[in-house]
Amino acid sequence: MQTFKGIKIVNGIAIGKIKVYKPAVYEISEELVSDIAAEIARFESARVKVQEDQNALYDKEMKAGHKDTAGIFEAHALMLDDEDSLIDPCKEVMAEGHTAEYAVREAFDAAAEAFANMDDEYFKARSADVIDLKNSMLDVLFGADTANLQGTEPAILVAEDLAPSETVKLDKSLLLGLVTRLGSSNSHTAILARSMNWPTLIQCHDITDDCDGKFAILDGYNSCIYVEPDQYLIDELTAKQAEDKAREAKLQELKGQPSETKDGRKVRLYANIGGPKDIAAVLENDAEGVGLFRSEFVYLNSKEEPTEDEQFAAYKKVLEGLAPRLVIIRTCDIGADKTIDYMKLDKEENPALGFRAVRICLNRRDFFKKQLRALLRASAFGKLGIMFPMIISRWEVQECKEILEECRKELKEEGKAMGEIEIGIMIETPAAALCADELAEEVDFFSLGTNDLTQYTCAIDRQSANLERFSDTHHPAVLRLIRETIEAGHRHGTWVGICGELGADPTLTEDFLKWGVDELSVNPKSILPLRGNVRNVDLSKFKTEAPKPEPKPEPKPEAPEPEAPKPEVKAEAPKPKGFFGRLFG
Amino acid sequence: MKEFKYVITDPVGIHARPAGLLVKEAKTFKSTVIVAKGEKEAKATALMKLMGMGIKQGDEVTIKVDGEDEEAAAAAMEKFFKENF
Repeated sequence: MQTFKGIKIVNGIAIGKIKVYKPAVYEISEELVSDIAAEIARFESARVKVQEDQNALYDKEMKAGHKDTAGIFEAHALMLDDEDSLIDPCKEVMAEGHTAEYAVREAFDAAAEAFANMDDEYFKARSADVIDLKNSMLDVLFGADTANLQGTEPAILVAEDLAPSETVKLDKSLLLGLVTRLGSSNSHTAILARSMNWPTLIQCHDITDDCDGKFAILDGYNSCIYVEPDQYLIDELTAKQAEDKAREAKLQELKGQPSETKDGRKVRLYANIGGPKDIAAVLENDAEGVGLFRSEFVYLNSKEEPTEDEQFAAYKKVLEGLAPRLVIIRTCDIGADKTIDYMKLDKEENPALGFRAVRICLNRRDFFKKQLRALLRASAFGKLGIMFPMIISRWEVQECKEILEECRKELKEEGKAMGEIEIGIMIETPAAALCADELAEEVDFFSLGTNDLTQYTCAIDRQSANLERFSDTHHPAVLRLIRETIEAGHRHGTWVGICGELGADPTLTEDFLKWGVDELSVNPKSILPLRGNVRNVDLSKFKTEAPKPEPKPEPKPEAPEPEAPKPEVKAEAPKPKGFFGRLFG
Repeated sequence: MKEFKYVITDPVGIHARPAGLLVKEAKTFKSTVIVAKGEKEAKATALMKLMGMGIKQGDEVTIKVDGEDEEAAAAAMEKFFKENF
């Protein structure tokens, strides 16, 4: 058995024979020709043909719903129109009497070289695009047949590197996994492998061509490929692969299914995102909206304070890309721990309790207004929710709303388009949770930020290693505050979601639903597993305590009743409805 | 000649796809559109030169428009940059 290490792009296991993928190597003649016009004509027809192919690949990918990869081919087609860098240099070489093939090699290699010499990883990876186009041009000029490079049976493909157009042309039914000796995690092939979920290794430098035809297992989890593995590994990894497949199939089945309990209680499953780059993940994982869009990226990725227009462009991109889904954007949540030079914030002894988030915004109105104006303008392009973080008092919410109103007035006078918005706040301080009744009168929704809520309630810094023993993510005080907040919200017709890490905790899904939570916002990858959990919950056994957003003055019982009136499988007494009963539920 | 400055907010900078769209947009005008960053500059119609400038998020670029329809072209370019970069 031989083991070759690489860098994994996609987890997962592929088992089967190896097929070494070897594109044709062309002998390009250096001899001069006399009919220059004929060479230019050959070049032109090849260029048009390749451009048509690239446009066809674009259409194919668009139809398949792969916008990202479609964009690659759109760019390829445009590159082939580039007179400055490709067409004119080719013509110059041909004018000296060289063949079209020779000209293509010289000019395209030079252009690829220019990209390869750039510092930035993204632009570096673009040299592969140019090489890809060069090879396609040469294939056409040489009249090569590229159809059969993959062999005829399903295999793990081993290649030096794969160009995007090669990757897209691969017959997926014959592809078990992908191993390249070169390649970068930024390459289009890697992007494609991720979106297609193929087990993939790149930079597996040492794998040799003589592996062709040998039996192998690609183990994405361990970033390696075993060639001619022993029986023990075969058995173990075959079982793991079956497990993966079963789990994945189950998750895929959940796409398009309602997020609804067995007894018909619906909950909205939203995604937490950090910027426009996450749009694809939201769609892929079938999230029903965005419960938390951290607007910090706009501030953190910039050397100077971003302008209103810059912010507007970013928010618009997300709203447009995800319309008609609700997208809740949290206003600036930077603070003393996330320092930004241009903000010129003082160093603080105790940043978590310091000048941060909405506190900065309320003290620096002009700064705040820039964001609010950008948000309001973006609201014309989708369904927007604006959420204010780190609230402790009612007046803060009122002041935020006043400033928002001021911005809206200004924009109206300027004739800017705006849409309907929902206004909400984060409940992430014990103060906000305990004052939820008053706060609920001010807003459309609450979103429980359980990470900060836990930290502030338990006075535990989660980063501190010494506190592990004392830290309890399910601390009853936190759960009490969550439950109370949901109930307080509902008393005032305010819907309540959870956007912290607890939202994705499968052991709490049933409790949250029982308490009446309206929305759970989690990272995109957790959406489908969470939907699976929700669909397994049956709330009918808690019927005595149906979550109803209505006022409910109840007498306070002396103590929780130890015995259930209805016998249930679950060893849990129904919660008495009084204040403490509810809290300790 | 008209010119304006713009700071790139797109996390990847002037990358392939929107750069391609920029080329298309620039070609609809008669004016010459130049994108400059520091010493480097490229025509907005030269896709690979444009990408070759390696313009990243946070970079300030100057867009220079020169020609008979420069008014309209500059306005369209400014709008395009704001929406795409």
